[in-house]
Amino acid sequence: MSHSPKAAISALESKFKVLEKKEFRGETTLTVDPKAIAEIASHAKTELGFDMLLDIAGVDQFGVDPRFELVYELYSTTKGEWLRLKIQVSEDAMEVPTVSKVWPTADWHEREAYDMYGLRFAGHPDLRRILMWEGYPFFPLRKDFPLGGKPSEMPDVAFSDAAPLQGGPFVTQPGQATTKDREPRARGE
Amino acid sequence: MAQLAPVAYDSKIEGNIIFTRLDAAMNWMRKNSLWPMPMGLACCAIELMASASARFDIARFGSEVMRFSPRQSDVMIVAGTVTYKMALAVKRIWDQMPEPKWCIAMGACASSGGMYRSYSVLQGIDHLVPVDIYISGCPPRPEALLEGLMRLQRKIEKEHSFLDQKRALFDEVSA
Repeated sequence: MSHSPKAAISALESKFKVLEKKEFRGETTLTVDPKAIAEIASHAKTELGFDMLLDIAGVDQFGVDPRFELVYELYSTTKGEWLRLKIQVSEDAMEVPTVSKVWPTADWHEREAYDMYGLRFAGHPDLRRILMWEGYPFFPLRKDFPLGGKPSEMPDVAFSDAAPLQGGPFVTQPGQATTKDREPRARGE
Repeated sequence: MAQLAPVAYDSKIEGNIIFTRLDAAMNWMRKNSLWPMPMGLACCAIELMASASARFDIARFGSEVMRFSPRQSDVMIVAGTVTYKMALAVKRIWDQMPEPKWCIAMGACASSGGMYRSYSVLQGIDHLVPVDIYISGCPPRPEALLEGLMRLQRKIEKEHSFLDQKRALFDEVSA
């Protein structure tokens, strides 16, 4: 069963510039211009009935230009339709318009994207870190950040240290082999 | 009929006097009313709650009075993953607890960071506070917590805080 909102997609395509349209298993992803995202979001909510923002996810495509992606998952509670919007952000820009004026829930989602990737949202009412503490010097979900973390120190506030990975991370190989062979102690062993 | 005159013997008093060492008496009192500070940070806290309720009944060991004020508690049970963001809050609560105090690291995360070899997780609460008992498990069953508590009681039995205090005083006087 397809939940793709055909009418809404064609309405968006006629009104805004859609860079790429992708369909996969009944789900549609529209890649749009980052500068227009607030406008598109507002239109999607007021005119097309996408009254709920399920999530904003950040993606780091390390080594690819533009490096970062933001994925907006929209849902219409009245029609039962899903729509995915995607924007690409290059390392030079790092700032996109906020959609927290359209969906108030975007406030914390955008704070999380800022906390983890360092993406800034122009016009956000309260762009602080949400999971790590204020003053933490890194953006831990970036691909060039080590899994075990880095040492940092803020007297009386927080501190962190690199976790011992003991040769990890440990990766399971696909296939029919036994667990012993599929899960080497460490990568490359 | 000759009646025995009452002598200075009162069975009620007799039953109320015991001869022991002061340290042993103090240890006995301490170990049988260990009021926990439930530092529940993750799923281990669910098992901690289970051990407090009827089926496992931590009250059998004198530890049923979970105190949410550190100033009234004796043993901090760190039950769960200690993130760096939480770590200094745990330390602060530990510092607010009056002596004598003990610490139980409940479960893999509190003992060593567990499966979270991660940028956000403190690799064992023993980096910040001294731990008396480590309990393995992810999460440990309530029986394991009770076993840990009994081991802590056995550890307390062997303490000689009064003797140490006396020795320190003598050293100070003679110095």
